[in-house]
Amino acid sequence: MQKREPLQQGKENGVETKTHIHGPGCGCSTCEIAGCNCVDCKCSMEIRDLSVRKKDGLILDKIHLKVTHGEIMAIIGRNGAGKSTLLKAILGRIPYTGSISYTNHKGESIQRPKIGYVPQNLVFDRTSPTTAADMLCANLSRFPVWLGHRKESLEKAEALLKRVGASGDLLKKRLGNLSGGELQRVLLAFALEPMPDLLLLDEPVSAMDRQGTEVFYDLVSSLRRQYHMPVLLVSHDLAHVEQFATRAALLDKTILLEGEAHEVMASALVAETFGLPGRKGGKN
Amino acid sequence: MDFLYSLIDMLLPFDWTEFDFMKNAFLAVLLITPLFGLVGTMVVNNRMSFFSDALGHSALTGIAIGVLMGVDDYLFSMMGFSLLFALCISAVMGSGVSSSDTIIGVFSSTGLALGVVLLSATGGFAKYSAYLIGDILTVTGNEIALLAVVLLLVILLWIFVFNRWMLTGLNPDLAASKRIPVGLTEKLFIIVVAVMVTVSIKWVGILIINSLLVLPAASARNIARSMRSYHFLSVLISMISGVTGLILSYYLGTAAGGTIVLTAAVIFFVTFLAGRFGGAGKRSL
Repeated sequence: MQKREPLQQGKENGVETKTHIHGPGCGCSTCEIAGCNCVDCKCSMEIRDLSVRKKDGLILDKIHLKVTHGEIMAIIGRNGAGKSTLLKAILGRIPYTGSISYTNHKGESIQRPKIGYVPQNLVFDRTSPTTAADMLCANLSRFPVWLGHRKESLEKAEALLKRVGASGDLLKKRLGNLSGGELQRVLLAFALEPMPDLLLLDEPVSAMDRQGTEVFYDLVSSLRRQYHMPVLLVSHDLAHVEQFATRAALLDKTILLEGEAHEVMASALVAETFGLPGRKGGKN
Repeated sequence: MDFLYSLIDMLLPFDWTEFDFMKNAFLAVLLITPLFGLVGTMVVNNRMSFFSDALGHSALTGIAIGVLMGVDDYLFSMMGFSLLFALCISAVMGSGVSSSDTIIGVFSSTGLALGVVLLSATGGFAKYSAYLIGDILTVTGNEIALLAVVLLLVILLWIFVFNRWMLTGLNPDLAASKRIPVGLTEKLFIIVVAVMVTVSIKWVGILIINSLLVLPAASARNIARSMRSYHFLSVLISMISGVTGLILSYYLGTAAGGTIVLTAAVIFFVTFLAGRFGGAGKRSL
């Protein structure tokens, strides 16, 4: 189902090369910026044969998944299908067998990948006096935040917030006093510094209202177009997956189906898994 | 020490500073209280107050082991057992077999009961009951130097590791995404708490050590609006409670540790009311 990008073949020093030419009308499904100069970008995250076993048995079984340059790959599946376990494995929080490898834009292997993670509902002590500035500056500098913030860190934190469409005023607010939408923006700003090799979104809009959700996904789409990093999105909201993801994978212990988002969403298997009316008889 | 004594005589020419044991106690309070104020911030932030309480209880078993080994100074037996105890709690909690408060409760009771049983079997528990409430008036010059070293080490750790501790305490998954070794970071904090509790337990006492750790930070949380003000207030409240409690205990003839904790408790309720009716934390910095 994967859509191939147009490649221009040539020769350089006797070696055959393939160069992807982006630009207006290039038709590329993963890079929509007109005039983009990224040449045959090979940045990706690839999961091979990943299995996770817990006391109650096999939770994930031989997962194969590749998310490439500029893709938003949505992981969908029923409750208990292993979505959260997969995220924990990617974050290195649980032991697993198999491999997860990352490559940069040149196709070189990245040994210590940078992961930007936006969690579902950030489980934290809402009465904690930690401000958005404390959180962002702790990630930006080694200067201990209990002694205050350096001016340059604060300026960078403000710039990060502006990048995700939030006001610098949020910096002074305690995390527990932020609204659902504000908190998700702070988390997204936190995730984007340093620029990640993979952006991991775990039900990122579950605490947001409808309008906030639209704004958040528009933001992620625009970041994806701007920075081209692979994005892995776990969501139970199929409408949003269909609207914002470029590719999708149906997970139930293993990957049952993978392909272009609209094709996966139209499949009978997804209809059956989620009990969607009127979609029976779709493509498998 | 002579220089410090003359400095105290010069700056604080009061009745309560006439005796050397009060000067020593004063110096010890000036070292212990910022230490507790600083470490207490993360104990309260990470909801570990029950854990530090259990560590205090385990000190009794550490003393008993020291008695059985025939050593004069129980510091190393307490420290060894406390570290083992803390890492065991951490490992059992990490296995996810039961809720953390249940696990800590089990370890806490075991540590206390084992200490009581071993001490009573080796010649009378009463001899060691002073450890229950502690006595800061018995602190010596060498012990003050040890406290100064511990305070210095904790400040250094707070400078170099604090950001990682804060992010790990906020959310371990989020910290892991920034390549922070979550398990190692958490264990390092546990070791810091275990060392600090063990070093100070002789003067603060098993029964009230946790109050001194938790109350200043809890008071600061009531009114703090950022990590900086949280730390500043916690250390300040801890030091004010310590010095006020020590002076009050001298004039009232009460136990110093208990008086210090009561002073800290009064400050907690004042800050609680200030936070509740003053709207602290809802406004910006």
